[in-house]
Amino acid sequence: MWRALVKNRTSVVGLVLTLILILIAVFAPFIAPRDPLKQSIRNKNEPPSASYLLGTDRFGRDVLSRIIHASRVSIGIGFGAAFLGAAVGTIVGAFGTYLGGRTEAVMIRAIDVMMSFPTLLLCLLVLTVLGSGLTRVMLAIAIAFIPRFARLSRGPTLALRNIEYVEAARAVGASHLRIAVRHILPNIVGPISVMLVMWIASAIRIEATLSFLGFGVSPPTPTWGNMIQEGFRAITYTPRLALIPGFALFLAVLGFNLLGDGLRDVFDPKLRI
Amino acid sequence: MLTYTVRRIAMVPIVLAIVVTIVFFAMRMVPGGPAYALLGSYASAEAVRQLEMELGLDRPIWEQYLTFLGDLVRGDLGTSIYNGRPVGPELMRAFPFTGALCLATIIWGVALGVPLGALTAIRRNSLWDYVGRVVSLVGLTVPPFYLAILLIVAFSLKLRIFPMIGGGELANPAEFLYHLFLPSLTLGIVMSAFVSRTVRAALLEVLSTDYVRTARSKGLREGTVLAKHAMRTALIPTVAFLGVYMTLLLGGAVVIEVVFSRTGWGRILVNAMKQRDYPVLQAGLMLFSAVVVAVNLIVDVIYTYIDPRIKYS
Repeated sequence: MWRALVKNRTSVVGLVLTLILILIAVFAPFIAPRDPLKQSIRNKNEPPSASYLLGTDRFGRDVLSRIIHASRVSIGIGFGAAFLGAAVGTIVGAFGTYLGGRTEAVMIRAIDVMMSFPTLLLCLLVLTVLGSGLTRVMLAIAIAFIPRFARLSRGPTLALRNIEYVEAARAVGASHLRIAVRHILPNIVGPISVMLVMWIASAIRIEATLSFLGFGVSPPTPTWGNMIQEGFRAITYTPRLALIPGFALFLAVLGFNLLGDGLRDVFDPKLRI
Repeated sequence: MLTYTVRRIAMVPIVLAIVVTIVFFAMRMVPGGPAYALLGSYASAEAVRQLEMELGLDRPIWEQYLTFLGDLVRGDLGTSIYNGRPVGPELMRAFPFTGALCLATIIWGVALGVPLGALTAIRRNSLWDYVGRVVSLVGLTVPPFYLAILLIVAFSLKLRIFPMIGGGELANPAEFLYHLFLPSLTLGIVMSAFVSRTVRAALLEVLSTDYVRTARSKGLREGTVLAKHAMRTALIPTVAFLGVYMTLLLGGAVVIEVVFSRTGWGRILVNAMKQRDYPVLQAGLMLFSAVVVAVNLIVDVIYTYIDPRIKYS
């Protein structure tokens, strides 16, 4: 698996980008040259220079340090939302599909209803009800992902539902719960987790969009989304304040997308396009 | 076929009823209720009660729900609590801005995406293929609001050719289209990335089929083989994709309308969420999902006509 992944040049780029990003997020306080929250009105809106590598914003805060610290929010919410959404969605999807009959029909209908909302609107609706903040944003994105993972887990579960060893388990009197947990779930975790990386990319993008719209993590905590929003307000004077954090966001999403593409090709060559 | 269509159409009101119900109860789950959310946490208990009475929120929830459904059936979408205007006409006025944005996006998406996808499939593993795939990867990766900002910086601030704010006037079509250009291009570039991937995959599959080999072996020119035999089949999945893409497109439209300050459904909805204007929210979300459900239905029905191999039961 490793060798196949490394052989694919684009996924190596993705892997490197992703690893760098995770390292930056983990060691942010040690890497960032300055305090991301410290204002210095005397040095406001400074262009990039030796002392401020990427310049300063309208409060004189160091843009580079803010971008570095913002990666923690993106990575945290990206991983958290994707894992949570995948776990709940897969369990719901696998159980519903395995049980079949009316349970399955209700589940499919529920998935259809939830998917008739754009993901972004679903997140916004959840945030309107719950209020904003880091964990709530994560929860909102996870909820929006649940129907998608429930649907993704349907295919593999359908294939397993009537396979011999599942029937054998039923024949010896195993409960539905035991069959689902012991025989179905372990076998669909593989295909689902390959997809997970792509969904991390998606979660990072949604989180940034939510903060850009003013529904995410609120200032002064820096996130790429709220940095872009602040920069966009002054777009006519200092476009770099929107463009630079946006580029960081782009690289992060690109990294996870490339890695996700590569992983999918390695694990499921049939899907390669 | 007809029964399938009729059954699908019959499902539409059911799905919408579920959506409306979920949104209705979700809005009443806001901690402290909508009145409290509207007035803020510093409001006195008395002021909250006063507002609840004015809005009818003090009545039992099932009564509120039935009143809401009754109004809905009569075509009354309620009144905005923020500006006191009826929601229905407000959304009707905004519709052309969102509708035109979506339509123009689809035109961009198909016009850019189909040739790009076809080119990368026909010249597989060439420089064209490589460049095309990188372009589509960038389109898949870049968040629409960031792409919008890039285009604004390039076209509005540096070149000064296109406006960055507003949607223009409906009465003035030239101005309307002028304001439509950048927002629709933004979403169109993103969409073309998806379209080109779909077309590429479909065309690659078709090009390896027996009937394409037959067409080639009987001496048809390559252009004819591609245009008359291969592309026709390859475009079928693309049509299906348009239905799937509708939710993504509407989600993108929400953000883009905010970036470009266009008064469409998306911007109205985002503002309603900020202001906790729940009548507007209920109506807006319902209309959004109505559009998604309707478009998916239309695409499914068209699909069975253009691809006789598909049979729904």
